[in-house]
Amino acid sequence: MGSRASTLLREEEIEEIKKETGFSHSQITRLYSRFTSLDKGENGTLSREDFQRIPELAINPLGDRIINAFFPEGLDREDQVNFRGFMRTLAHFRPIEDNEKNKDPTASEPLNSRTNKLLFAFRLYDLDRDDKISRDELLQVLRMMVGVNISDEQLGSIADRTIQEADQNGDNSISFNEFIKVLEKVDVEQKMSIRFLH
Amino acid sequence: MIFEMSALSCAFPGCRWSVLLLVLVLLVCSALPIDASASVYPLRGTEGSNLTNVTTKKAFPVIGVNYDHVRKPFEIALWILLALLMKLGFHIIPRVSSVVPESCLLIVVGLLVGGFIKVIGEKPPVLDSQLFFLCLLPPIILDAGYFLPIRPFTDNVGTILVFAVIGTLWNAFFVGGSLYALCQIESVDLAGIGLLSCLLFGSIVSAVDPVAVLAVFEEIHINELLHILVFGESLLNDAVTVVLYNLFEEFYKVGTVTVLDVFLGVVCFFVVSLGGVLVGVIYGFLAAFTSRFTSHTRVIEPLFVFLYSYMAYLSSELFHLSGIMALIACGVVMRPYVEANISHKSYTTIKYFLKMWSSVSETLIFIFLGVSTVAGPHAWNWAFVVGTVVLCLVSRVLGVIGLTFIINKFRIVKLTKKDQFIVAYGGLRGAIAFSLGYLLSDSHPTRHLFLTAIITVIFFTVFVQGMTIRPLVELLAVKRKKESKRSINEEIHTEFLDHLLRGVEDVCGHYGHYHWKDKLSRFNKTYVKRWLIAGENFREPELIAFYRKMELKQAIMMVESGQLSSSLPSTVSMQNIEPKPIPRVSKKQEEEIRRILRSNLQNNKVSVMEGRVSHYLTVPANRESPRIGVRRVRFESGHTRSQMPSYPSTPDAVSLEAEFPKRVNQKTDIGPKVYASDNHQRELDYQSLARCLSDPGPHKEEEEDDDDDEIFMS
Repeated sequence: MGSRASTLLREEEIEEIKKETGFSHSQITRLYSRFTSLDKGENGTLSREDFQRIPELAINPLGDRIINAFFPEGLDREDQVNFRGFMRTLAHFRPIEDNEKNKDPTASEPLNSRTNKLLFAFRLYDLDRDDKISRDELLQVLRMMVGVNISDEQLGSIADRTIQEADQNGDNSISFNEFIKVLEKVDVEQKMSIRFLH
Repeated sequence: MIFEMSALSCAFPGCRWSVLLLVLVLLVCSALPIDASASVYPLRGTEGSNLTNVTTKKAFPVIGVNYDHVRKPFEIALWILLALLMKLGFHIIPRVSSVVPESCLLIVVGLLVGGFIKVIGEKPPVLDSQLFFLCLLPPIILDAGYFLPIRPFTDNVGTILVFAVIGTLWNAFFVGGSLYALCQIESVDLAGIGLLSCLLFGSIVSAVDPVAVLAVFEEIHINELLHILVFGESLLNDAVTVVLYNLFEEFYKVGTVTVLDVFLGVVCFFVVSLGGVLVGVIYGFLAAFTSRFTSHTRVIEPLFVFLYSYMAYLSSELFHLSGIMALIACGVVMRPYVEANISHKSYTTIKYFLKMWSSVSETLIFIFLGVSTVAGPHAWNWAFVVGTVVLCLVSRVLGVIGLTFIINKFRIVKLTKKDQFIVAYGGLRGAIAFSLGYLLSDSHPTRHLFLTAIITVIFFTVFVQGMTIRPLVELLAVKRKKESKRSINEEIHTEFLDHLLRGVEDVCGHYGHYHWKDKLSRFNKTYVKRWLIAGENFREPELIAFYRKMELKQAIMMVESGQLSSSLPSTVSMQNIEPKPIPRVSKKQEEEIRRILRSNLQNNKVSVMEGRVSHYLTVPANRESPRIGVRRVRFESGHTRSQMPSYPSTPDAVSLEAEFPKRVNQKTDIGPKVYASDNHQRELDYQSLARCLSDPGPHKEEEEDDDDDEIFMS
């Protein structure tokens, strides 16, 4: 967007975002106003600090990881995310619509398909991006969710049990396919969808 | 909640028929005592007079008959026994129970028994409304409420409420109004029935019945979403039914309706439903608070659960509030706290007693429905009865389709046509409708006609819809319930996703579902739990509690199936083995642990058990030493051997692995290495272990077969 005034969002942009993410016109405008309200620096992009200013995220155990998910690659502190990137990440949480299921199979999968939703969640576990959730990564997540009162050993045994349950190829970590398999009973389409009101 | 008894495998073919014969004989005998009472009287009278008048020597009566003394309990016990034997009988005949749902069979039995009694010349007992509402219905509802799957319920609560409230209202007015229109037709000869009467009838017959729904849906194992939709609707529409029934009954007596009355009716609805829930919640908290102090009297713990719930039901019935909603609210509210406080055995007791009582109640209800059909005075009118049945079906279908159209605009996961069909088809009517009809005062001239029509609708829905729903479900390939326990993976990832979704909602500035759920859970953790949960346990995160329960269950299962002997081992203790020498716990402490476990588990494989259970008693001495990447053996049969040789990822572990073959055969020296470094943690763990396993109870405790638990998994 460069130096353009951040309050303007051009029609072509809206159309492009619509095509890429599948959001409707009104949803995009609503989210744009949210984007600008978060953007204290008024330069059309969000930095990490802007996200960290959201009070509830600070107490969320996964707060840091969620913020990182908005910034594409690299943990460079100077990273900024523009509106496009913002929407692209949020698109993962759009509810799956029935008519999308009948889309052209040759087209690339929409961002909010079940697999992509699961991939998003998987990437939050897998920080080093080696396509596997190792025991340590799992331990880190468990520690964040459970708090400080539980001993390392108990957590360790839970982590071991978790990996043992999921692991099928014996590499002592959870690969993406194993992750999908474990969650096959969970209704991911409902669980990982936010109702963006029309 | 119908016990899935495994088919009795008889040693020889004649055995099946002999049991059946026994059942039939008892059936005949059950009818007789009612008759016997009449014939015994004169006998007793003369005997009595003999004893008092004759002063000459008479032999001391060695044996005498005094039926009157035990009459009531005797008959009750005999009826219940009959019901249960019938249930037993059905499962002996294999083919029948897979085609016909149990509820149908029970009604048929009721019809037969009723017919038999009538033939003898006695008056068959009718399903007394008081008996029904105060004794037979509460166990079923409590069982349903206590084990209500909370997550699917709260996810779909909006949909359920819309179906329950608006759907039932629509049904009542549509059926009532259409019947009134029907009655206006000259040829039908029913002009005497007023609009209010018809509306009253409509409100009685429109409510989906939880007992019937449970009985049928339990057997078809449909997917969780549809089950909770239909079942939740049947539970929550009680408030609507109560209000409409009382409303129309009042209006009928008074004769006129004003706008004020209608307005008051609406207010009444909110009072009844919210009041019922409030009463339930209060009793639920009382029960939770009481359970906090029961650590010294574990035997009576289950009683508190039952009594508080029953009191909630009775208290709300006292004020004409919705008893069913009170019961559900009480069960839902008290469950998490009570389960954190009570012992494992009490938990099992509660579960089994609830299932047992609800099963008996259900059986009795259906049998009595059959008997009452034969007994009750009937008035048949083709147009009215057939009209009722048809209109009920039509209104249900229209209602579901219409409401789903509106609901789907607000749902994330839309309801498909198949879902709508099952929801519409699953709208069964049952004994509640019959009892409400029976309660109608005799001031209604058409009471008998109403009763006949209600019974016809019930029969139609239970027989026709109940029998055909299973083949239809298979024909339409509706998603079935996936029969497996919740794994630790699901638990962890679901909680992970909860946090994730909440975070994303916060980023969007959207106060949605997850936001409020989190607020409630945080409030619960900071304020409520510390008052209602005993000891230090209120700090325990849910994940840990879940994991602990899972491990305990599995340990018990392993011991029972005797798998622990060969495998198990030492992989567990191997995990605690570090390359360096470790300080061992003193012999005395080890013996104490062994003693506790042995006395509680009563199993000579306890040595192996210790190795398994000590897993969460374990606190290794030095935490910073590198852990070997040891993989625990899978505890499923058939896998154990194959899993053992893999995984160790460090050379140290490999050398330890060589020890396996030696250790496998040593049952006595497992050496659970319990490290005494962190005493506080050990104390906590001891407490939790002791709490789980301790109970004064019979010495030869039979550990329940955990397979049965599978059926009762909520």
